[in-house]
Amino acid sequence: MIKRLADNIISPLGFSTAANYEAVRRGESGIVPGRDAAGTLLSLARLDREKLADTFRSVFRPRERYTVAEQALLLSVHYAVQEAGIDPADPRNGFVLSTTKGNIELLGDPGHDLGPDRIHLWHTAELLGRFFRNPNTPLTVSNACISGACAQIAAFNLLKDKTYDHVVVAGVDLASDFIISGFQSFKSLDEDRCRPFDARRKGLNLGEAAASLVYGNASGSGSYLLGGCIRNDANHISGPSRTGEGLYRALSAVMGGLSPDKVAFINAHGTATPFNDQMEAVAFARAGLEKTPVFSLKPHFGHTLGAAGVLESIISLRALEEGIVLPSPGYGQPGIEGELNVSTATTFTRERYMIKTLSGFGGGNAALLFEKIK
Amino acid sequence: MKKITSYCRITDTAVILNGNARDIPFSGEPGPVRLTEIYRSLETAYPKFHKMDNLSKAGFLASEMVLREAGYDMETPDGTVSLVFANSSSSLDDDIKFQHTIEKDNYFPSPAVFVYTLPNIVTGEIAIRNRILGETSFFILREFDAEKMQIFAEWAFASPGIGHVLCGWAEYLDGHCDVLVMMVERESPDGLDFTTLNIHKLYFDQHGNFDFRP
Repeated sequence: MIKRLADNIISPLGFSTAANYEAVRRGESGIVPGRDAAGTLLSLARLDREKLADTFRSVFRPRERYTVAEQALLLSVHYAVQEAGIDPADPRNGFVLSTTKGNIELLGDPGHDLGPDRIHLWHTAELLGRFFRNPNTPLTVSNACISGACAQIAAFNLLKDKTYDHVVVAGVDLASDFIISGFQSFKSLDEDRCRPFDARRKGLNLGEAAASLVYGNASGSGSYLLGGCIRNDANHISGPSRTGEGLYRALSAVMGGLSPDKVAFINAHGTATPFNDQMEAVAFARAGLEKTPVFSLKPHFGHTLGAAGVLESIISLRALEEGIVLPSPGYGQPGIEGELNVSTATTFTRERYMIKTLSGFGGGNAALLFEKIK
Repeated sequence: MKKITSYCRITDTAVILNGNARDIPFSGEPGPVRLTEIYRSLETAYPKFHKMDNLSKAGFLASEMVLREAGYDMETPDGTVSLVFANSSSSLDDDIKFQHTIEKDNYFPSPAVFVYTLPNIVTGEIAIRNRILGETSFFILREFDAEKMQIFAEWAFASPGIGHVLCGWAEYLDGHCDVLVMMVERESPDGLDFTTLNIHKLYFDQHGNFDFRP
């Protein structure tokens, strides 16, 4: 098990974990109406570019130009390592980057002067290490929507191997025209705010965020990642499986012998696409978790892709620490076949365990098991 | 000691299976044409192949040869095999293709192109083809790194119930193909020791000079 030492979220709801968590507790959402490049209506959670650039400038006084994704990533990591009280330059500290598309916006700007390597995900990772004067090459995970869980599992392994004393997991993705038009072509975007698990759900909203988690081999009271598991459906590259095979297998592996009634809640992937949410319900029931409270954070942040697993773990850990189960916004009419306990109001819990799940393109599914120790 | 029981290397100029260069008629044109030539040489019927992007095709072909050589039963769902892949340019080859479909005066984004703008889709394609229900992971490295590949595979072996890891480097960009796929087994009487040095040797032997059989 590895201990959470600090974290940060940069999202439309705020630039600190506290600001984001409080906004979630108040039921706020960063999702607002907008249009895609072709003028079609959609709703999305976009970062305030100006506020981000201003904050980035005042914190770092940079001499070079950084892309929007880099600014969000570097700022988030900075706040997280500062809170952890660790020196990011120390060779005993390592980084894991979680992103699906990184600087993909540069493809639509062929005249940019940032060099041909800037588009590469390994470049974003190396820039992160260099920026904080860390001599190690950060690891990059790009495993579609489950990347944020995979990156935490990588951190778990790096700490177990004693490769590092601390690992900073950082996720970032933007709602670029590239991403929006792609999801639009799949017809998987909801024009309005998404409604996970609800009968009226029509699709997802995209979101932008950077999020960072600092882990270490430490003990004492606090929150711990006990383990994680990734399993594939072997069913379809872009469609969830009807049997929830991969997610069921990932859940079974992380739970081991843990009784389902010990789990305070599941923070589901809950994208609000018809097939994803149904698949998750099937997998939860197969794993004996049909009575465990479930909520999705997507109605607050949208689907933040490579940042989602990190951001949603951070918010869920705050809730676990506070001893509450968050409500799943937008849920009113049951829209799932089979049993599923969607959380509809803030409730108190005495349980110590929490599960985070993610599923994505390529058939990947991931489950993480966390525990709070008093 | 874990063993590499089968491997395949595909470059622009060579296809090497278990230390032997495969004699596949070569028109001289690298890229998509070459990938189709390799596919034809396998004498297999898998129509989905033609829908894949070049990265998925390249990884698929190498995995197909490796799994056949290993006598893998692709009909039975198997939760004991994991797929751990890495490359340098992610899905940039297909990203560029998709970008062309969303240019201002030619806006017509296609889901069939978009779905391949993620590097891990190649592991999904291989999992579907072979009904592999273990882990699928994808990492990005600036360049091939045998030590990292070994570490990633070891992590996958540490997950419950995993006895085999199909470990691969699958790089495809701008007509150039660079693939190494290895079947690694936890318990096998024969095969090549799964060490960083051996992985390095398999990657850099581009002419089939490596004596694979122990």
